[in-house]
Amino acid sequence: MPMKYVCCLAMLLLAGPSLRAEVPSAVAIKDAHVVTVSGAELVKATVLLRDGLIQDVGVNLSVPPDAWVIDGTGLTVYPGFIDGLSTWGIPAAAAPAPASGSAAAQTSAAPAAPRSHGPEDRPQTYSFERAADLVNPSDSRLEAARAAGFTTSATFPNRGILEGLGAMVDLAGQRGRDMVILQPIGQQIVFRTGGFGSRTGFPASLMGNISYVRQLYLDLGQYKEAKQIYASHPSGNRRPEYDHDLEGLAESPRILLPASEAQQIDRMLSFGNELKTPFVLYGLHEAYRRVDQLKQANVPLLVSLKWPEKPKDADPNDIPNYRELEMRAKAPAVPGMLAKAGVKFAFYSDGVNTAPELKKAVKKAIDTGLSRADAVRALTLGVAEMYGVSDRLGTIEKGKIANLVVMKGEAFEDKTTIEYVFIDGKEFKPSKEAQQGPPRGSGAEQKPNPTDGDANGGGTN
Amino acid sequence: MLRFKSRTGRSGADEAVRPTTAIVFMMATVGLCGAQTILIRNATVLTVTKGTVENGSVLIENGKVAAVGTNVSAPADATVVDATGKYLMPGIIDCHSHTAVEGSVNEGTVSDSSMVNIKDVINPYDINIYRALAGGLTVSNVLHGSANAIGGQTIVIKLRWGKTAPEMLFEGAKPGIKFALGENPKRQGYPQNFFSQGPAAEPRYPGTRMGVEEVIRASFTEAKNYQAEWKEYNERVARGEKPIPPRKDLRLEPLVEVMEGQRYVHAHCYRSDEILMLLRVADEMGFKIRTLQHVLEGYKVAKEIADHGAGASTFSDWWAYKIEAYDATPYNAAMMTRKGVVVSVNSDSDELQRHLNLEAAKVMRYGGLSETEALAMVTINPAKQLGIDDKVGSIEVGKSADLVLYDKHPLSNYSKALKVWIDGHEYFDRDKDLETRPKFEQQKKELLQKENAEKPKPAKEGRRL
Repeated sequence: MPMKYVCCLAMLLLAGPSLRAEVPSAVAIKDAHVVTVSGAELVKATVLLRDGLIQDVGVNLSVPPDAWVIDGTGLTVYPGFIDGLSTWGIPAAAAPAPASGSAAAQTSAAPAAPRSHGPEDRPQTYSFERAADLVNPSDSRLEAARAAGFTTSATFPNRGILEGLGAMVDLAGQRGRDMVILQPIGQQIVFRTGGFGSRTGFPASLMGNISYVRQLYLDLGQYKEAKQIYASHPSGNRRPEYDHDLEGLAESPRILLPASEAQQIDRMLSFGNELKTPFVLYGLHEAYRRVDQLKQANVPLLVSLKWPEKPKDADPNDIPNYRELEMRAKAPAVPGMLAKAGVKFAFYSDGVNTAPELKKAVKKAIDTGLSRADAVRALTLGVAEMYGVSDRLGTIEKGKIANLVVMKGEAFEDKTTIEYVFIDGKEFKPSKEAQQGPPRGSGAEQKPNPTDGDANGGGTN
Repeated sequence: MLRFKSRTGRSGADEAVRPTTAIVFMMATVGLCGAQTILIRNATVLTVTKGTVENGSVLIENGKVAAVGTNVSAPADATVVDATGKYLMPGIIDCHSHTAVEGSVNEGTVSDSSMVNIKDVINPYDINIYRALAGGLTVSNVLHGSANAIGGQTIVIKLRWGKTAPEMLFEGAKPGIKFALGENPKRQGYPQNFFSQGPAAEPRYPGTRMGVEEVIRASFTEAKNYQAEWKEYNERVARGEKPIPPRKDLRLEPLVEVMEGQRYVHAHCYRSDEILMLLRVADEMGFKIRTLQHVLEGYKVAKEIADHGAGASTFSDWWAYKIEAYDATPYNAAMMTRKGVVVSVNSDSDELQRHLNLEAAKVMRYGGLSETEALAMVTINPAKQLGIDDKVGSIEVGKSADLVLYDKHPLSNYSKALKVWIDGHEYFDRDKDLETRPKFEQQKKELLQKENAEKPKPAKEGRRL
């Protein structure tokens, strides 16, 4: 086959979802059960979509003649799910690093950075990188994400300690720029630790990571002050140097701090306040020990859906300690406890991103005390509120972006199937195969980060 | 000493796989009593600073020692602990610990890591805290490791098991900074990739003992310039000018604090020539060494150490684990004491910290120190070295009620800690611990059963469990 045709074919394949999505600009889902999230659930209601927006929603709406009509009998319409923290849309990005307070010093996707000799080398700082510039609809993981009901995600670049500026993106589009809803939405901080002989250099320890981030924010304070003083008193003062890294920090409306275990929650609550910048905690698996403190702190929370579990290849003789066992048993109950205490939270997939995995993970939270309505909220409006986009996303209301997921059955139930997904009013019909999860050994599976000597790290006292 | 701490990447009671973990984990909520008035009656009270009181009583009020003597009257509502035949001593203080640190105790990538702070990574859930309590320990000087000439900032904690990290910090105790001399800081970061596979790491300066000295001198020279830069800025502001402030440098700030006497230097060292080198550099740069840690050759230069005013925190009888630790003697503590040095015996280990009373006892065998001098090695002397001797370290009216009750004399191998109080709160009780074990073992068993039930494994043929 001539090369030309191969290219054409490849392009057709890449454009597959978008070609399919070229349906009429008006859609009416009739006689459906509608979970608006913003208000009461509607029975036998109609949702009208036009030009990528929700034109109207309600009972007894008249259907415009040009609309493509979907019979919603027996179907439930939810706002499209939003992943609170992910790398979706950035091709070849690994899953976000875990919130357990440490992660490998390098990810497979990132090229090895030169060894850093100290904070002055600004190690692993990519605060200026923009997810909005990196997202691309060709990311092969997007189909699986849509098949799980996700239409949108808070996508962050994932290399370094300061990872760059995140963006709220739709999980489909012709080009990367079509996907972006709002940017920047924040900066994710990941503590990356290695051993004594770390090849990446400073910082290799958890305390080194913390002091490094602290120094950057002190520098930011000084930078802002210096610029201000210089602006009003240029004469007799040396001009402050333009600083790419600090500009990225300055632009970030919030930072995301990793806090999974109880002492990490304590630590990051005080660290976030110290940095004098709005912050979100992510992880929260041991938050059952800190519900009162979190309520008092009134800080937005992103709960990881990757519940701690017994490792698949666990040595039967290696009995974990009590705390570990308790965390495995209690982590899925955290969302229910937070909801009951009136603490605002949202979910993030944390690598749990195939349809069956997502259903199972959310179901675990529901089985241990979270209401289904709160679970839906934590994947829709909860995320939208956290990132300040609840005026355009997260509910089924007139005027909002037409991101919907239409299911047969209730959300998160085993037998439930996803019939339609709408992103910007365009329809995607996830295949049965995609909803059953990717086949074993396919590239869509998440690969764990290599540990890069982390496990071997030693130290001298 | 040299220790390789395994890094599991995960915090918490990582080594705790024994059933006791389950038990002690919740002891905090079970075993704790509020700050109340307590009368410990009829004990042999080893005050350390004021002699031994036979058939003595100690009254605890508002977390402090309110009275000590043979004839102490207590209010009617006081909780009375009958300690007949038992021994009461001050809570043990460890001047060299790495317990309760989350992640690596070293930021070993740079030769001066003074920007990092142990205070940031205290993990109050480390099971070793509780195990140390069970051995009578109440205060730890938690240090950065010895990977670099100037290590990280250090912090003194009280072992308030069950509290959060900020609640464990010893109020009013001066923070410190770790220095290290000799083999560890001149190790260049395993360029041959001693630990991990893959390309070799770039070697880290310094590679010699001379280089270690140079790092310290260079950093303090920088710190002096930094101090001057801020002084000049503050003067200009005072004159009403609008200068741009200098950059706040987290690496140099603690060194300025050292020069201003706001932060103690705890220096890891072995050889006498290097000890003298450090004392000279300190004199030259205008700061003090608060304690020399390990200091196995301290007996050779005890007079110089005493003249500088440094304390010495050493091992009882542990040496020869590396070349620079060969020329050692168990008489070290006694010899330095006789030359006027304030000496303590430390643990540097999650295991040794559980029986520091026995480590202290060895100075009686090696050097003939008195019982009181031996006890002082792990109580008032480390308190003096850490500048907290006005608050802890002996049983005296007005000091914190940090107390340990032993069934036998604490310098005996057969002694066991029965109860431990910190600020008048009970943090360990041997009987309650033993009593609650079955309950927690049961709880752990249930958790395990539940987890195993959740994931039914497909039965394999031909195999029985």
